[in-house]
Amino acid sequence: MHGLINRAIQCFAVDTYGQEKWLDATKVADLDFVDFEAMLIYDDDLTPRILDALAQVMDRPRPELMEDLGTYLVSHPTVEALRRLLRFGGVNFVEFLHSLDDLPDRARLAVSDLNLPRIELREHGTGRFSLVCDCPIAGYGHVMMGILRTMADDYGTLAVLDHQGGGQGTEVISISLIETEFAEGRVFDLGARAG
Amino acid sequence: MTQDMQAALDVLCPMHLVLSETGHVIHAGPTVQKLRPDTPMQGRRFLEIFNLKRPRAISDMDELRAAAGVKLHLQMRDAPQTEVKGVLVPGPKDGQCIINLSFGISIVDAVSDYALTSADFAATDLAVEMLYLVEAKSAAMEASRKLNLRLQGAKIAAEEQAFTDTLTGLKNRRAMEHIMSRYAAWGTQFAIMQIDLDWFKAVNDTFGHAAGDHVLQTVARIMVDETRDSDTVVRIGGDEFVVLLPNAEDMNATQSIGSRIIKRLTQPIPFQGQDCRISASIGIGVFDPDLPDTVTDVLDNADVALYASKNAGRGRQTFYTPELRDTASNTEPETVSKSA
Repeated sequence: MHGLINRAIQCFAVDTYGQEKWLDATKVADLDFVDFEAMLIYDDDLTPRILDALAQVMDRPRPELMEDLGTYLVSHPTVEALRRLLRFGGVNFVEFLHSLDDLPDRARLAVSDLNLPRIELREHGTGRFSLVCDCPIAGYGHVMMGILRTMADDYGTLAVLDHQGGGQGTEVISISLIETEFAEGRVFDLGARAG
Repeated sequence: MTQDMQAALDVLCPMHLVLSETGHVIHAGPTVQKLRPDTPMQGRRFLEIFNLKRPRAISDMDELRAAAGVKLHLQMRDAPQTEVKGVLVPGPKDGQCIINLSFGISIVDAVSDYALTSADFAATDLAVEMLYLVEAKSAAMEASRKLNLRLQGAKIAAEEQAFTDTLTGLKNRRAMEHIMSRYAAWGTQFAIMQIDLDWFKAVNDTFGHAAGDHVLQTVARIMVDETRDSDTVVRIGGDEFVVLLPNAEDMNATQSIGSRIIKRLTQPIPFQGQDCRISASIGIGVFDPDLPDTVTDVLDNADVALYASKNAGRGRQTFYTPELRDTASNTEPETVSKSA
């Protein structure tokens, strides 16, 4: 698994629960180091191990934890760059949803060895979608839930999301848009580079 | 131009301008007008708003019209002096022309200077994708840069902590200083044997660096062979070595180690069918915890003795005595006056 993903989990844990809890989790997961490097590649089994360890240390169900991770990824100042990169996907939430099909390709354009799971958006009628996510790690759909919930907010759209479960390496999220211009949303300035 | 046509162009090329026969702006696309939000471009002369940087030497409309289809490099005359690329086509009426502009590489500054949004670019324009790439690549590069810095720091730290000379596997100067200060702290009496290889430079120059490296590795093995387990052999520089010999009360034992080293190093060292011939000069100083000389003094003493060996014709060893310093200081002014 790419270091960027593992590093993101570390940043989430440290910023949300504190360094102590992160160190505890690295012990529970039996890592023999405490810092992931964003630009190195790690064994695939490390990622589910550290997620399980975090859930154990924080005494929270893993799906909940993973949704919080998704929320963190697009709302915390530490990872503001990521929110900006996602906002480049579209000028409104629907365009953003459609841009998710391209997400793995966009990611690869930036970091050639970063392989994000495939995502497919299906449209069932006006304002009704489902998102089918490949899940190399169980619960990736919950991370996407957190991301989508926060991005809907970011665009000022009122949406109802539901994790429909899954199996055989895919998870499905249903999305219903209630109001696309529900609130102001957050400003996205093309020229303001995230520091 | 019809209204429909105008509206179509505003969507397809929001950075276009329509110029009259006299070179005045008849219409400015919505995004190009955003570059000067307070002064309408309509009615102004195009060449007064933009300076044509390439092709050069175009000063009037006839010449500009003649450059139809050519890539134009333009710059806004007043600040912010944004540079843009453009291309001109004749029409829609006789004598009129349409110029379409693009930011090119200046896109990154332009979006901040003019607070542009995705809606300011045609849906087919790759400008927003380019901005995405610039940010994504900068973020990725920053992450890589940080990793490189950390790795470089770790490498320097590892090198600083290393005690081994990588070429020969002998101890290095850092290790030597560590061992000497330990001996001094323990009050151990020990001899410092400074060894310089003679004629090593000639081997390097004649047979190349590979031969030089081979000789250094062979020399290292010989020195380890000819010393006791308790002795430490150090490579302190290119062809400079030091042997630390603890408990060296017996000057004869030390001397015989020195003699054996010189004897074996004087034998030719074969390398790829060639014989590399070197020798060694040795200077020996003895650290005695009961005497006032510090480790640094003794190291310097060994150095003085080493130069005595060299001056006496190389391939020999000299024990330090204070008189050697007198000789050294007596000969120095002579050398100076000779060269002057």
